Amino acid sequence: MTTRIVELRRGILKKNDELAAGLRGRFTSAGVLVLNLVSSPGTGKTAFLERTLRELRARGARVAALVGDLETDNDARRLAASGAPVRQINTHGICHLDAEMITRNLDGWEGVSLAGLNYLFIENVGNLVCPSSYDLGERIRVALLSVTEGEDKPLKYPGLFNSADAAVITKMDIAVPCGFDRELALKNLNEIRPGMRVFETSAKTGAGMEAWLAYLAEQVQAS
Amino acid sequence: MHELSIAASIVEAVTESAAAYPGARVKEVRLRVGALASVVEDSLQFCWELATEDTPLSGARLVIRKLPVVVHCDACGVDAEIDGVQSFRCPRCGELAADLRQGRELEIESIELEEPDSESSGPADPKTHAADPPEERISEERI
Repeated sequence: MTTRIVELRRGILKKNDELAAGLRGRFTSAGVLVLNLVSSPGTGKTAFLERTLRELRARGARVAALVGDLETDNDARRLAASGAPVRQINTHGICHLDAEMITRNLDGWEGVSLAGLNYLFIENVGNLVCPSSYDLGERIRVALLSVTEGEDKPLKYPGLFNSADAAVITKMDIAVPCGFDRELALKNLNEIRPGMRVFETSAKTGAGMEAWLAYLAEQVQAS
Repeated sequence: MHELSIAASIVEAVTESAAAYPGARVKEVRLRVGALASVVEDSLQFCWELATEDTPLSGARLVIRKLPVVVHCDACGVDAEIDGVQSFRCPRCGELAADLRQGRELEIESIELEEPDSESSGPADPKTHAADPPEERISEERI
């Protein structure tokens, strides 16, 4: 018997990365800004996204959302109340969305064409670990954390927070009763992702939404 | 728990690559995994056994080489390895360093095949070579 070493130097998620690169090309040529929202379960991604969709639509923007969950279409129904086209992706046990799921769901999405959109939001499955490895072709990855989760969330999940382009702190309306240490949370985010843009928001009161929407408009201009 | 998906992707990639060497058995698969890759080693080893069960890769060893995070410090003008993943600061000057140079890797570095002697030596590829003697190379890399 002979032993042979074959050097591969190949990304384990190469197939996903190739599909994601294809998606990114499609998004760019259609002129749609795509964002991937990632957080733990219960952070308030859906409430935040619902408010974002409403506000953008009120400003005349054309928006749509893909929403990932293990089971149920509850989130899609909540988001659809904004009037935007929404499509639910059920992963049936898979803890993250991948580029193949996005490709498949975009292709079969009746009445929605990328070229007709200004923004496409992808709400990932609630999970702060697994989605960090899967590129969905997004331009902006947004990590969300709520004031109830603890200021050290970025330190506990550095892989995800370091891979994000922006962070959103949700439920700021209950920051005081929760004893949320704002300075510490901002410091931790900056230690893990130096220079990261952070938005402090409340989907309930609308606080911080103006800054977030201004950021989105800036990003559209930059693309 | 995406380690099962990762393990399945490794099986797929290795099976594809090993197909170029008919008759060869995969003895070992070597990975490079960055400290920020969000992969739990024990969990991946466990899933590797599940994913290779009843496949030609059954029994192949999975060797995981962990890579630390390396950042580029603008102030010092150098790449520096940081200790852990809790603070992205240059270890020399203490400044925050956002420019990540290493730490997200999730790749298959190489595979080790065992081939019957009578077989031809496989496709001519400058990236491949028969290890000679095999034992030496293995013991060197496993330390």
